[in-house]
Amino acid sequence: MSPPMITAPLTELSQALAAKRLSSVELVEGLLARIDRGNGRLNAFLTIDRERALDAARSADVQRSRGTAGPLTGIPIAHKDVLMTEGLKTTCGSRMLEKFIAPYSAFVVEQLASGGMVLMGKTNMDEFAMGSSNENSFFGPVTNPWNADYVAGGSSGGSAAAVAARLVPAATGTDTGGSIRQPAALSGVCGIKPTYGVCSRYGLVAFASSLDTPGVFGQTAADCAMLLTAMAGHDARDSTSLDRPGEDYARDIDAAVTSKPLAGLRIGLPREYAGEGTDAAVARAIETALAEFRRLGAVTVDISLPNVHLSVPVYYVIASAEASSNLSRFDGVRYGHRAASYSDLDDMYCKTRAEGFGAEVKRRILVGTYVLSHGYYDAYYLKAQQVRRLIADDFRRAYDDCDLIVGPTSPTAAFRLGEKSDDPVKMYLNDIFTIAGNLTGAPAMSIPCGFDERGLPIGLQIQGDHFAEARILNAAHRFQQVTDWHRRVPPEFAA
Amino acid sequence: MTWEVVIGLETHAQLSTASKIFSSASTAFGAAPNTQASAVDIALPGVLPVLNRGAVERAVRFGLAVGATINRKSVFARKNYFYPDLPKGYQISQYEIPVVQGGSIAIVSPTRSEIRIALTRAHLEEDAGKSLHERIASPGTAGHEMTGIDLNRAGMPLLEIVSEPDLRSAAEAIAYAKTLHALVRWIGICDGNMQEGSFRFDANVSVRRQGEAKLGTRCEIKNLNSFRFLQQAIDFEVRRQTELIEDGGTVVQETRLYDPDRAETRSMRSKEDAQDYRYFPDPDLPPLSIDEAWIERIRAGMPELPEAMRTRLVREYALPAPEAAMLVSQREMASYFERLVAAGVEPRLAGNWLLGEVSAALNKSEIDIADAPVSSASLAGMLKRIVDGTISGKLAKQVFEAMWAGEGDADAIIAARGLRQISDAGAIEKIVADVLAANAAIVAEYKAGKDKAYQSLVGKAMAASRGKANPIEVNAALKKMLG
Repeated sequence: MSPPMITAPLTELSQALAAKRLSSVELVEGLLARIDRGNGRLNAFLTIDRERALDAARSADVQRSRGTAGPLTGIPIAHKDVLMTEGLKTTCGSRMLEKFIAPYSAFVVEQLASGGMVLMGKTNMDEFAMGSSNENSFFGPVTNPWNADYVAGGSSGGSAAAVAARLVPAATGTDTGGSIRQPAALSGVCGIKPTYGVCSRYGLVAFASSLDTPGVFGQTAADCAMLLTAMAGHDARDSTSLDRPGEDYARDIDAAVTSKPLAGLRIGLPREYAGEGTDAAVARAIETALAEFRRLGAVTVDISLPNVHLSVPVYYVIASAEASSNLSRFDGVRYGHRAASYSDLDDMYCKTRAEGFGAEVKRRILVGTYVLSHGYYDAYYLKAQQVRRLIADDFRRAYDDCDLIVGPTSPTAAFRLGEKSDDPVKMYLNDIFTIAGNLTGAPAMSIPCGFDERGLPIGLQIQGDHFAEARILNAAHRFQQVTDWHRRVPPEFAA
Repeated sequence: MTWEVVIGLETHAQLSTASKIFSSASTAFGAAPNTQASAVDIALPGVLPVLNRGAVERAVRFGLAVGATINRKSVFARKNYFYPDLPKGYQISQYEIPVVQGGSIAIVSPTRSEIRIALTRAHLEEDAGKSLHERIASPGTAGHEMTGIDLNRAGMPLLEIVSEPDLRSAAEAIAYAKTLHALVRWIGICDGNMQEGSFRFDANVSVRRQGEAKLGTRCEIKNLNSFRFLQQAIDFEVRRQTELIEDGGTVVQETRLYDPDRAETRSMRSKEDAQDYRYFPDPDLPPLSIDEAWIERIRAGMPELPEAMRTRLVREYALPAPEAAMLVSQREMASYFERLVAAGVEPRLAGNWLLGEVSAALNKSEIDIADAPVSSASLAGMLKRIVDGTISGKLAKQVFEAMWAGEGDADAIIAARGLRQISDAGAIEKIVADVLAANAAIVAEYKAGKDKAYQSLVGKAMAASRGKANPIEVNAALKKMLG
């Protein structure tokens, strides 16, 4: 048997390593070479941790030879630069933390490291995870692996592009309003945002605490299931982390296969998602995918989410409010950027923050400060929280009639660099289908389901009720067993 | 013009937990700057607060002690403002729904006797760090003014206890402050150490014309860390406000600082430039949920409260109310008292000695009653010797001093020093006869009607016995022999 491709999906790499058809050192060296070749084009990596990755690969191979390796031992991963990685730069895509070396590691980083994964480096992102195109990074945008003139999506654009271009088999992301699912869709990979509280936020630099959710990117649903199983878990350092028994998210995937593996599955199609500025090519791809799900045994039912159209404004009130407070700690006093000269304390704050933050971050701090201020709190923040509950009620009722909700991840495929950067509202509307999942805290994932006429990938979003990760992943996996969209590699990175 | 003073106090009691309210860093006082500041306390990116249940338990103890409502669900909120000693740029506090609501504290007012002061609420919050403004110089240089930040105090657990504006004088404010101070120590939630800042006040002060129903405009005086400063600040502020109004001016609502060196309050900021703190529920902390079982466990561990004990001391032992109030100002004092009574000492005698000689000796030695060198058992042993006539009350003081100095128990000291009282009538009559014989002039004065002369003869007789003669017997002998 010939040596496996180092660009194979994670599950296959795991088998190859276990069967010793591949060593971790070979894999890491090969992928470091791919990163060297591809990163100039993509700008997906902000930091490459070459030496330590090779050291980790060598010790993974030793573990393998001693028989103490786990299924993820020696497999490379990249972390979004919003997750703290001890001893490595953690910039959040911001000038504010341009030179900040993390003194500790995030919970999810520790979890995957203790599973034996090899940290390759840190990926580019919109500054403090605020954005849908990765154009808000202080370190420049990530370009779409399928076409350099297009955005990779955001905010976890670096992670999505790195997996899409097969520079790494897996990467972490964080999803506050769609920041895993939207770049997964625009770059053509799988990405899952689990239930809020399933993965600890400890060490995730907060953008909007009640919405921020760590998750993963992989080539396949099975890859994502394996990664999520390793990174989930209770963590006493995060008071919003859920204390519940661990789960094998691949349990349904690994179950015996029948000819109708999704028989009995009810897929809800929200009336409100029809139209909504969805591109024709996207709508066609979703229709085709739904036909595939029906062939697999699923039935589709019409459902209604009457308040879901309020998701975007509700989100921008709540997320901005929390961000305005969360980002107050970046004041130049203890760490991070501080203005070179200033006349007094207020001047130090003003200059430091004016220089350290980019335009979108400032915009959201301003919005957040406004909606929390005296006399406006009830009309904006409180009202948004009330509507947030109404939206959650909509979903709760919908799940009486269906098991999963399927639709497009994003109304369009990737847009051109610069196309929406002058129109924040247009940019915000890109997240119209993903935001509700953050407001409710329920899991959702995006998988590739086709291409538009320009050859740009289209993402299909599968949402489920709280803790329905295994069901979502299984539906995605069955779809991927009978389609090959997830196997397509951007031509520039195929070799 | 008579003015009525209206005062409400906000008291910050630092809770006596070993670690901070949202981090595992130590709360020990006096460590080198920033050695007790964890990643959470310095607000590194990505860190999160985890609530210390010990702080919650102490808040509940307080709530139970003052008969307040314990909110089954309370909410932590962020109070947003920028200051270098506030690392997150917000303080985690409780705003709309505090853990403790209502309740009251009974105080003995100097003018209105016993009154109840209503509490608005008590809420949990974290302390900020400290800014130290100093000239910092490296060797060989003049240095320059710099501000250093010490974050050891950041995240210290505080219970902010807010009273209603029920206090009508500085004296009442002090009585309330002292009662509260005694209470938090009594129930073991705060060490009450005011030098270390563990117990400090903000005073809201206003004045109005006697009989006026509407409250006057108030000023808030921040951060008073002793009873004396509290008193002085209120006195100054009342004078300032009444003079201002009497001169035709109006009081402006503002925050003021007390300067102890100049014994005056100074404006810090007015209501106009008050900050907008943009309070909102902290999304990092789920609502604090306190179930019935937890409250019951805490209730079961509560000691008898000072107020109940004070009433009981008056009822059971017929102690005067002020004495009972003083005895319950400290839990150790009260229990010392109860041990004396249990050992058979008459309650009023026990109370007098505790509040008199024992308290004076404690003050002089600057120690706490818990560390007193004379145990309740040995003090009881000495007091018995007064009652059975072995020693006089006066000699007892000598005996007590010797006991305090570690010379052993009462009987040993009495024997060693020959302090046993002389009550034998024959012996006393001999002493008195000698005194009369040696002081014929004074006897003559007495016979001429000078009362003072009699006292002088008693004194001489006592002196002749080196204080050991039973004064009652001396009087009897004198009266008899002087005819």
